[in-house]
Amino acid sequence: MQFAVIVFPGSNCDHDCYHAVKDVLKQPVRFVWHKETSLGDAEVVILPGGFSYGDYLRAGAISRFSPIMRAVTAHAREGRPLLGICNGFQCLTESGLLPGALKRNESLRFVCDDVWLKCETSRTPFTCGIEPEEILKMTIAHGEGNYFCDSETLATLEENDQIVFRYVNAEGDVNPKSNPNGSMENIAGICNLQGNVVGLMPHPERSCDSLLGGEDGLRMFMSVVRKVVSS
Amino acid sequence: MITTDTLATREIALEHGLSPDEWEKIKETLGRKPNVTELGVFSAMWNEHCSYKSSRIHLKKFPTKGPHVLQGPGENAGVVDLGEGMAVAFKMESHNHPSFIEPYQGAATGVGGILRDIFTMGARPIALLDSLRFGAPEHPRTPYLVGGVVGGISGYGNCIGVPTVGGETKFHPCYNGNILVNVMCAGIMRSDAIFRGTASGVGNPVIYVGAPTGRDGIHGASMASAGFDDSALEKRPTVQVGDPFREKLLLEACLELMKRGAVVGIQDMGAAGLTSSSVEMAGRAGTGLLLRLDAVPCREEEMTPYEMMLSESQERMLLVAEKGREPEVREIFERWDLPMSVVGEVTGDGRLRATFGGDEVADLPVSSLTVDAPTYDRPRKPERGLPYDDPLLKLPEPEDMGSTLIKMLGHPNHGDKKPIWRQYDYNVRTNTLTPPGGDAAIIRLKGTNKALALTTDGNARYGMLDPYKGGMLAVAEAARNICCVGARPLAITNCLNFGNPERPAVMAQFSLSIEGMAQACRFLDLPVVSGNVSFYNETHEVDIYPTPIIGMVGLLDDIQKRSGHGFVSENDAIALIHPKDEAPLPKTCAHEYVWLETGQEGGDAPPISLDAEKAVQTACRRGIDMALVRSAHDLSEGGLGISLAESAIASPKSRLGVEVWLPEQEGRLDGLLYGEAASRILVSVSPHAVDSLQEAVQSCGAELTRIGRVQEGAFVVKSPDNVPLIDLAMPHIVAAWSGALSEVM
Repeated sequence: MQFAVIVFPGSNCDHDCYHAVKDVLKQPVRFVWHKETSLGDAEVVILPGGFSYGDYLRAGAISRFSPIMRAVTAHAREGRPLLGICNGFQCLTESGLLPGALKRNESLRFVCDDVWLKCETSRTPFTCGIEPEEILKMTIAHGEGNYFCDSETLATLEENDQIVFRYVNAEGDVNPKSNPNGSMENIAGICNLQGNVVGLMPHPERSCDSLLGGEDGLRMFMSVVRKVVSS
Repeated sequence: MITTDTLATREIALEHGLSPDEWEKIKETLGRKPNVTELGVFSAMWNEHCSYKSSRIHLKKFPTKGPHVLQGPGENAGVVDLGEGMAVAFKMESHNHPSFIEPYQGAATGVGGILRDIFTMGARPIALLDSLRFGAPEHPRTPYLVGGVVGGISGYGNCIGVPTVGGETKFHPCYNGNILVNVMCAGIMRSDAIFRGTASGVGNPVIYVGAPTGRDGIHGASMASAGFDDSALEKRPTVQVGDPFREKLLLEACLELMKRGAVVGIQDMGAAGLTSSSVEMAGRAGTGLLLRLDAVPCREEEMTPYEMMLSESQERMLLVAEKGREPEVREIFERWDLPMSVVGEVTGDGRLRATFGGDEVADLPVSSLTVDAPTYDRPRKPERGLPYDDPLLKLPEPEDMGSTLIKMLGHPNHGDKKPIWRQYDYNVRTNTLTPPGGDAAIIRLKGTNKALALTTDGNARYGMLDPYKGGMLAVAEAARNICCVGARPLAITNCLNFGNPERPAVMAQFSLSIEGMAQACRFLDLPVVSGNVSFYNETHEVDIYPTPIIGMVGLLDDIQKRSGHGFVSENDAIALIHPKDEAPLPKTCAHEYVWLETGQEGGDAPPISLDAEKAVQTACRRGIDMALVRSAHDLSEGGLGISLAESAIASPKSRLGVEVWLPEQEGRLDGLLYGEAASRILVSVSPHAVDSLQEAVQSCGAELTRIGRVQEGAFVVKSPDNVPLIDLAMPHIVAAWSGALSEVM
């Protein structure tokens, strides 16, 4: 199954995504330069983390105008799997493929740490192999991960089962102490209405190796492989 | 004919920081007076920062060769062979003065500069480490400086996607007016693809790539070559502004270009910008350069040749390509949206010539700026800055040792540094096997079973008490840290932060410190492959303590055979690896303890025997290699007490404490608990494996002394006759430790 990792100028988790898919998941993957206009035969598209265009103006605000984003948008509209990680998530909200916005962390500081996440829905291609309420451990590394949307949007997200992950403590409690960035309702990741487009601040590609402290992120990649193969 | 409409004068020369003698030497060299552009070039190349004029004769004492050294000092970074066709390039650099004036940008551009030094060699940067020194925590400017410096390192390193994996941060009033910001970078490359900063091949084009030139940072190198007074903060406009995004593009574009094989030589435009990069490249190749300054991309209007030659705008590189391959260079840089301009060519006349608007604005012999630049053997006169008496002897023995431990752990020097490193992306690129906070960072080498171990280390107080021993101790401790994770030390880089070299006492510190480091390096087979000198770290003519910082790289041959510093399992035995002819613990040199209790410093630096040190380090590695050692942590500032606490805190969920008996030996109990000594490593080991470890340690010529066991929940230290000295619950210890930085952040 062909994966594509989009490379914007300033992407810096592109190699990590590539490594996770190719060397750990053992699936074919290629980089797609942001100036390209076609995704070729890619079945799964990943917008990686980093600082596209230096995050100048706002994180993700410029990368959404890259030529490849037309093809990425078409891919999403066709209902095919699209994952935005960290800066990729910011790019998805900036381009309107996901609702809401990511503000600066409440602390106004960059934060890199391991966090616990509760999976809220198994209906996306990236979480279909994870049970709801399951607790996963992943790394976060961002300065602008403070998810925000208006109350109507939040109600829609809740109603339509669009919240994918929340920050919790090791016991699974959603509380302010387990929230690393001040995000609304401890939201760590969401999906679109159809569920095929998922954005999250944590880095599943960094949690694919027990040597590095965990393999929980790998389950997101394994989920999408299972989903695409079975469909 | 050289333009003479802006002829320099003696007054202008002095304003540029040149001495009257140096002004005479310039006129003698040229046989005429220079114009101001030429004078600017001389002042940039002859200042301390670029010329190493006060340090050069001393730096020659370092051992720099070894069978695995592929590139020693003199290039942008040193390179060491790792086997299997891989090599590591690494270097450390200071950005002290700019960071004191404008902490965020000063620290950020420090990171930018050291990253360029690494990818200039053809290596992909894989890790950053810092070594920071701030003034007293209670000094009013300290929180601002900590926040700015950490923010700057975080902002630059995170954006470019190179993990900051380790380092150290300490506080002492001697840095109140002059902080230290040293950053180390390591990169991985193929051992047969090293790029160097040489401008060879007459007729080859000289190409400028990266950000356009502005008026920022003019005379930055001169700033680094003078001390601070009250006007220091007025120099804020000379601090450059970093653009990590542009650097990321430059990094990718340069590595891509190097793979194509069109690059003859390449160097970053760091201190003294276009001047130093062009001069040094021509100097190394024994060639000359003709620069056409009209072609230099500028982002400001009406820039003069003087400004172009001296600007320190960031994220720029100068490269020499094979003639005819300019289009390839252009194609790659256009793809990365970066300016590229052919600004000149390599000549065979050994001169640096520059033209602008049809005029020749500079014509100087390259050698006068490099090998023939002034060097000084400045007068040295050792001077004792601190009293000889050990202040421990005047301190009454404490009634409650528990409260002394809590107090130490709550000081920013010993407390949890996570509020700092949590701001660094430490695991991007998915190679970081241990988060920051251990003895050394471990970075795996993808595609192999190996890993690099990296550390930065330095102890200014030891340098102040005894510069020679301080130098030895710094190297020994860095190597010990590398051994504590199970790796074999390979080579070092250093950052030598000292005061004003024009004062004989400082020059004596510098010279002795280098001799001490060199002695330890020779003994431990550690070549110095790169480094940096930072003088004039002074405010109002008061110098900082001599602060040589060591950056060390080690190799872990088998990733599975490594150790952390946290206790692992209840009932494991706790033991000390120590020299066989010495008592397990020192009885004096409880410097950090005494200082925190009384504010006094004095006495002697800890003794060190390099034979014993080598044996202890080998023993520790052997124990880890045989999978007998479950945790290893060296004793350093704060002695056994602090190391025990740190290993307990680093245990799973900080739940494992200790039950330890101080060994029966001469000395005050607080001296034993907090005494600082070289050649001591605290290990934990399965109770069944103690005898095997003992045998292994002894076979390496060291000794193992069992001092207690790991226990759940409580931290208990007793006297040899079983009187409890400390009895604390682990949560109490953790609380004191974890809140330590709240005062400064």
